[in-house]
Amino acid sequence: MFKLFAIPAHDRRLIPEGRLSGPMPWVIAIMIFLTVLAAAAGLAMTRAIGDVSDELSSRATVQIIEANPEIRNRQAAAAAERLRALPLIEEVRVLPPDEIEALIEPWLGSQDLAGDIPLPALIDLRLVRVPTEAEYQSLRRALQPVAAGARVEPSSGYIVPVIALVQSLQWIAFGLVGLLALATAAAVIISARSALNTHNETIAVVHLLGGTDQQISRLFQRRIALDALLGGLIGLVGGTAIIWLISIQLTALGSGLVQSVGLDWWSWLIIAAIPILGMFLAMVTARLTVIGALKKIL
Amino acid sequence: MDEIVRFENVGLRYGAGIETLADLNFTLFPGSFYFLTGASGAGKTSLLKLLYLSQRPSRGVIRLFGEDAVTMPRERLPGFRRRIGVVFQDFRLVPHLSAFDNIALPLRVAGVREKDLETPVTEMLDWVGLGDRSSARPATLSGGEQQRVAIARAVIGRPEILVADEPTGNVDPEMAIRLLQLFEALNTLGTTIVVATHDIHLLSKVPGAQMMRLEKGMLADPTGSLRHPPRPKDQRQ
Repeated sequence: MFKLFAIPAHDRRLIPEGRLSGPMPWVIAIMIFLTVLAAAAGLAMTRAIGDVSDELSSRATVQIIEANPEIRNRQAAAAAERLRALPLIEEVRVLPPDEIEALIEPWLGSQDLAGDIPLPALIDLRLVRVPTEAEYQSLRRALQPVAAGARVEPSSGYIVPVIALVQSLQWIAFGLVGLLALATAAAVIISARSALNTHNETIAVVHLLGGTDQQISRLFQRRIALDALLGGLIGLVGGTAIIWLISIQLTALGSGLVQSVGLDWWSWLIIAAIPILGMFLAMVTARLTVIGALKKIL
Repeated sequence: MDEIVRFENVGLRYGAGIETLADLNFTLFPGSFYFLTGASGAGKTSLLKLLYLSQRPSRGVIRLFGEDAVTMPRERLPGFRRRIGVVFQDFRLVPHLSAFDNIALPLRVAGVREKDLETPVTEMLDWVGLGDRSSARPATLSGGEQQRVAIARAVIGRPEILVADEPTGNVDPEMAIRLLQLFEALNTLGTTIVVATHDIHLLSKVPGAQMMRLEKGMLADPTGSLRHPPRPKDQRQ
């Protein structure tokens, strides 16, 4: 790589380099901009899935469905007492009625629901580990004597469809990154061929004076790599600005899965590396294109 | 080395057309001076292209510096091309390089260090009378000046063979004589010279030179029959 950029100035003059003068840096800038956004989306969703899965896989919810509020409250208290005694349970929290009403408020409104609809009692459980199905069964059996109608549901069960959707989006995002890489390579091939055509006469002369394919391809590699790096940095700045704006808006949205959407330091490292990877992709593509074209002439 | 170039039954055909060159048999000897003559379209430039490895023949054998140039792997061609200086008919100067950089190009391609090429390039510029135009680009030079830069570029690397296609076509008679004197000087140093020209007056300017004449792609002697190959210097009359 260092040899690539150490080409003497007089050799570089053979194939004039005009920074930002042609379409190539701007095409690369757009490609890298879109790649940064797609990669950021994919990485953020990966993190969100991981965080939510970790958080929910060791949690469960006990629902006590009983129309009579007094019996329901008594059963909830007894169930909580029984659960606290079990070694599998780390933390037990009986959700107060106003919290339950807040949970269903987005769907049923903010009227005094407790008086009109028999809401179940909810007990949030944090478990010491991710339980097996057999351990869930033993939990249900333990609650049977104190709350016959109690249901024990793993919390992750509620969000499985959402996680499946986010995983699909994650793969779509990474697929887009791959497609953009292919599109970038195609743009480089077109640009390299165009440059070869433009400088066809110079290349022929250098060849006839004893220049090798490697000497000639190094000139094009350098020119296209610098175009790609410059365009990549512009795309990175644009993409990062958009990610920053979106993160501000997501933070303002509040809780839940959306709050888990974010980028950690290694995700930022990957995003920062995209222009460098783009430059190497452009360089290798340009080299293969130029050498392939030169082999067709004597 | 007994011979520097040998053509055996060489033919050249572009695409599916008729043969541009046919049945060429001749040998060039080191340190000799050859004129290649013939009418326009006789195949002079095509023959020179075979000599400076810009084309491979459609048939026959070409031996260059003792090696088979027809089957030579492509990767080895640059090394051989560096031993051949070429003055193209249309000059083929790199338009965005100065006269200095155009002349220095063969040395840079060969990996000569910058500090080692300053003096020879400057001397060559002075010799062709362009010492004060070293930074001028080809577009700002006259046809004759461009031709002199092209000649300087061809000889700067002290080639073993110098191939020149109508090298005096765009210069005045005085400069033409000076350029031929340069070629003779190089010839004296051991360079084999092949000059394609349709100017028969040039032939008398180099007394020791031999002549090859092309007619319709075939080698002929001045009387029109197929000519005998040129002979080494010590066998000339």
